[in-house]
Amino acid sequence: MTKTILILLFILIPIKANALIEVDITRGNLNPLPLAVSPLSIDEESRKGFEKILKKENIGSEISNIVENNLRTSGLFNPLDKKAFLQAPDIANLKPRFEDWNLIKAQALITGKVNYVDDKLRVEFRLWDVLAAKEMMALAFTTVPNNWRRVGHIISDKVYERLTGEKGYFDTRIIYVSEEGPKTQRIKKLAIMDQDGANNKFLTLGNELVLTPRFNPASQMVTYLSYFKNMPRVYLLDIETGTQEVVGDFPGMTFAPRFSPDGKKIIMSFAKDGKSDIYTMDLENRIVEKITNHPSIDTSPSYSPDGKYITFNSDRSGYQQIYVMKNDGSDVKRISFGNGLYGTPVWSPRGDLIAFTKLHKGKFYIGVMRTDGSGERLLTENYYQEAPSWSPNGRVLIFYRETKTNSKGEGFSAKLWSIDLTGYNERQIKTPTDASDPSWSSLLSN
Amino acid sequence: MRLNKILKNTLLVLTACLVLSACATKKEVATDIQGQMQGDVYTGTDTVKYLADGVPDRVFFATNESILTTASRETLRAQAAWLRKNPNINVVLEGHADERGTREYNLALGERRANAAKDYLMTYGISSDRITVLSYGKERPVDSGSNPLAWSKNRRSVTVKAN
Repeated sequence: MTKTILILLFILIPIKANALIEVDITRGNLNPLPLAVSPLSIDEESRKGFEKILKKENIGSEISNIVENNLRTSGLFNPLDKKAFLQAPDIANLKPRFEDWNLIKAQALITGKVNYVDDKLRVEFRLWDVLAAKEMMALAFTTVPNNWRRVGHIISDKVYERLTGEKGYFDTRIIYVSEEGPKTQRIKKLAIMDQDGANNKFLTLGNELVLTPRFNPASQMVTYLSYFKNMPRVYLLDIETGTQEVVGDFPGMTFAPRFSPDGKKIIMSFAKDGKSDIYTMDLENRIVEKITNHPSIDTSPSYSPDGKYITFNSDRSGYQQIYVMKNDGSDVKRISFGNGLYGTPVWSPRGDLIAFTKLHKGKFYIGVMRTDGSGERLLTENYYQEAPSWSPNGRVLIFYRETKTNSKGEGFSAKLWSIDLTGYNERQIKTPTDASDPSWSSLLSN
Repeated sequence: MRLNKILKNTLLVLTACLVLSACATKKEVATDIQGQMQGDVYTGTDTVKYLADGVPDRVFFATNESILTTASRETLRAQAAWLRKNPNINVVLEGHADERGTREYNLALGERRANAAKDYLMTYGISSDRITVLSYGKERPVDSGSNPLAWSKNRRSVTVKAN
């Protein structure tokens, strides 16, 4: 046994030593890796073929633009200016002249080729280590032409994974609440878009107030709160079919819904007589279980990724704080003990951290702590922000931020933002309207 | 538990005194807020509508609280009297929170506030069948300002005719 391990080690070490590029994503990345994304080459016939169907002049460049944009916004990579590229895309994909790419300081190079084959889109791409003058990865896939944006996202995920050692998060979607109108009478609609803001689509018309949509981690279902007929209840929405159904039809308000990690249950709060408790509903047999039983407000529940624990916030101590309990409601432990109020705990998909919103001395913070409450780290401070949601790889948080109005009550806005777990790379995510309550899907291709 | 409550109330009064004395030393702030807030509970009439002559439609709350003030209890007694006189009228109690809290907690807080008003109406003889509670959390502010006075107007329970 020891022998095999030793041999394995010997084999592994030289490979590691050769693979020069590696990106450490556990630190704030102040020196993003310079890399070149060569436009995917395309022959004239294929180009014309796609132009006809997709109305894009050069689908090869379009796909590489998606890859470039994804890698840049991750904050870990610095895609170089295409104008400086010396080698043509088709030749680079066959055999890069590494000296040329080295000259412009690219440490990695992405090349590829697009073909129009039997009405399908065939894409191959390669990732090269420029310094080691080696191919690191080569992949090809075929899909329907309409999937071209997803091809860009999948390539980005593969590159991210190869260079960082962790799964990517680009082939994903974000569901959120679109907001319009004056602050006193906001019109809210469910909306969904690709992680990079493309393909924005509204899922409800805005006739009733909708809040807090959350993805099922196991499928493309969403649970949310709707004020349909002025009765705030938890609903379920199938994004593909558009079917909506009420699941939290209790004699009172149900809210704060989330799926269990296996997608089989919904956990939510039910408010009655001034008390809010946490309940679960099995979606298959509709059996309801009461998880907490306390005269306080218990809400914003979120499961650990193994489903064994639940974190939530409660004001049973007098003020809003974060708690963890077993999934049957036993063993309730308070974990937040810092100064201020703590809310909206969300368990990381990696299991090791809980993200939260903190209110202290009139400022709102997004932060993370270990699941026992230790190691609290505040990532960003602002006038108002809350509701963090994790990227599926647990490296990025998306949340919403509201602005302070002026003395006349003007200037209100709500926008989506993201920040790395490191506290670096804070970015606004552009949406066609104001936006809040974002929820990140799991990877679509798995 | 009871001692806790008492302590909390004393603290509230203390902070209220502190806030007030702080205001007294700063003239500009004082003119803005004076007469409209007690502690951080709204006592003005800007946003108040009337269900009938002398029957205000809403009560106001301190930050994170659902305790009814003396003024709120007076308002609710007037509402109860009006409801007793009009046995065919049903009401919805709409509970609200200010913008300085997380959305989900505020939904629960709005529900708790509206229920505090409901409980009080019930002790004055109004049947629970005639009362529906509806929380809007922080979704429907009356004042879009980002200042303590605006927030105090938004922390409210409003009694609305349902029929």
